[in-house]
Amino acid sequence: MSKFKKNKKSKLAPISTASLPDIVFMLLFFFMVTTVMRETEMLVENILPQATEVKKLERKSLVSYIYIGSPKGNNRKIKYGKEAKIQLNDAYGRVADIQSFIIAERETRAEEEVPLLTTSIKADVNVKMGIVSDIKQELRKAQAYKINYSTRKEEK
Amino acid sequence: MARSNRSIPEINAGSMADIAFLLLIFFLVTTTMDVDTGIARKLPVLDEEQEIEDMQGNDRNIYEVYVNARDALLVEEEKMNIDDLRAGAKEFLNNNGRNPKLSDNPEKAIISLQNSRGTSYEMYIAVQNELTAAYNELRDQAALQKYSLNYTELPKDKKRVIRKMYPMKISEAEPFKQ
Repeated sequence: MSKFKKNKKSKLAPISTASLPDIVFMLLFFFMVTTVMRETEMLVENILPQATEVKKLERKSLVSYIYIGSPKGNNRKIKYGKEAKIQLNDAYGRVADIQSFIIAERETRAEEEVPLLTTSIKADVNVKMGIVSDIKQELRKAQAYKINYSTRKEEK
Repeated sequence: MARSNRSIPEINAGSMADIAFLLLIFFLVTTTMDVDTGIARKLPVLDEEQEIEDMQGNDRNIYEVYVNARDALLVEEEKMNIDDLRAGAKEFLNNNGRNPKLSDNPEKAIISLQNSRGTSYEMYIAVQNELTAAYNELRDQAALQKYSLNYTELPKDKKRVIRKMYPMKISEAEPFKQ
């Protein structure tokens, strides 16, 4: 009996928080490494359509993006109208610019990686197919045959 | 004398966790973990178009899908709802010569997709998605029958076998001007 009484009296040792910073730092490093800061500023509205049969786009360094959508923000809408526009890198482009854009993208990659280059078409849901078809035609002319229609994944 | 013996007081590291938390929260908020996903397609080489036009004569093995500017669907010259497209495409592909109007076998079957310039991108993706789903479901079925595994779980060489059974042939014609 007395044995148990003794135990009750002694205080519970406080949990050491000395390792808390280490744990937090570990998490911090994980997020720091996985974070990708957005490289380009979006000049067009870009709500992607939904699809179920999607594939992951692997090796982001081998992907060039073409954004299509109506100009983003009221100021740009007044300046450029509501018609869908193409965004290549940080600026608006025309359909005729696509071939040179693809060639420029190829030049930044190593030669052996060029056949693996994929073009990701990020078009807004409200875009009409006319402009998308024009772009596809230009891509064929530039011999960039691998494309990917970017979509959001929808739960089945 | 006693003074000089005293060691330097330790720096309190208690706030280290707070600092780290602050940074952690910043990165947590700014991180977007979006993996880019999409429907992969391969564009045809420019002068292949001629070849497909020549094949138009063999009507049986071609499944015509047309989307007009009002996003309405016309399949084999009949109106169709987008929800029925997957089943329709599957029936066409997996016909194996039973119905004289549908394909001889999946290897010969071609889905011809045409849209108008006014078709919305959303509808186009929906159609592409349904057609891809039809192929994926058939491939899954075949894989389950043959290897009792899903298509995505198969090793590369077996995937190739299944892909050969159900090659994805979606040909896209130039869009209508209207």
